[in-house]
Amino acid sequence: MALIDLSKKEVHCKVVFYGPGRCGKTTNLLYIHEAMDDKDRGKMLTIDTKGDRTLFFDLLPLNLGKISGFDIRIQLYTVPGQVMYEATRSLVLKGCDGLVYVADPLKVRQERNIEGLEDLRRNLEKNNLNLSEMPIILQYNKRDLCDTPVPTLTIEELEQDLNCDLKTAYFEAVATTGVGVFETLTEITKRTVRYVAEKHLLTTID
Amino acid sequence: MADFVITAQSQEAAGNLIVNNLIKAGVRTALLIDSAGNVLANCGHEQQHIDIDAISLAALAAASLAATSQIAKLIGEDDFSLLFHKGKSGNIHFGRVGQELILITIFGDDVSLGLIRCRVAELAESLAKIFEG
Repeated sequence: MALIDLSKKEVHCKVVFYGPGRCGKTTNLLYIHEAMDDKDRGKMLTIDTKGDRTLFFDLLPLNLGKISGFDIRIQLYTVPGQVMYEATRSLVLKGCDGLVYVADPLKVRQERNIEGLEDLRRNLEKNNLNLSEMPIILQYNKRDLCDTPVPTLTIEELEQDLNCDLKTAYFEAVATTGVGVFETLTEITKRTVRYVAEKHLLTTID
Repeated sequence: MADFVITAQSQEAAGNLIVNNLIKAGVRTALLIDSAGNVLANCGHEQQHIDIDAISLAALAAASLAATSQIAKLIGEDDFSLLFHKGKSGNIHFGRVGQELILITIFGDDVSLGLIRCRVAELAESLAKIFEG
């Protein structure tokens, strides 16, 4: 749910990074946090276990400049990827305005990627949100593994598994080094702000 | 979940209510947030020069209350209407305002929990009217 503050001329949007466990959701946020200027980023908040696995969520607030005189503030969230934390994922999705689905390229994780997307669809429905109506971007992470002997999925296989119905944009990424991270962020931000503006702001300003 | 549009009037009205009922009663900081973790009103700490990370606090409070709500369901309750944590010198109280809002109150030992509970209960109704109609 976007929050539009007419008195301060601010728009707050929530973007959630979703995906199976260990696909690199938190790594995306950490890279963005490291790469952005202090003035444009808030404090990164993480709630993880001792093993560095996300327990509840990560949060990174960003200021992304002005559109039509409104300051755009984006809050990036991640969810815990492990299957057992489904209830937590559903809570974090509450009020989200845009989604990035991060997929793991390992062949052994093929099923997890597909299950994760189904889990996302289910949890959105619990929050009265519909995946087909929301801005969503796919990120095929860890593409550097393709140059190693580890069996990985091709882009065609990932597209077949995840993007057949969604038919949305995808980005290849290596979140540890930042490849594709800002491209993903820019695209999802653009789509999310447009979605929020079309849904609420234009009518509000009128 | 409904979308919120904050107008200058609604923010001023909510701010005035919170200041008059809580801050003037000795509360250090009061935050009105929604259940997605957005800050709707932030009163108090600026005057006392205490730096509170309101964005993180709002996100954690929303998550904490949502988790508490799920715990309530597990034991057959609809929801717990309040959540309170006691610290060495500071305490925090979370109260629901209408269906979608949460009022977070941070106060010291010089203010009694009973007073906070009374004031928050009174305020909840007025604040819900402002934002939820």
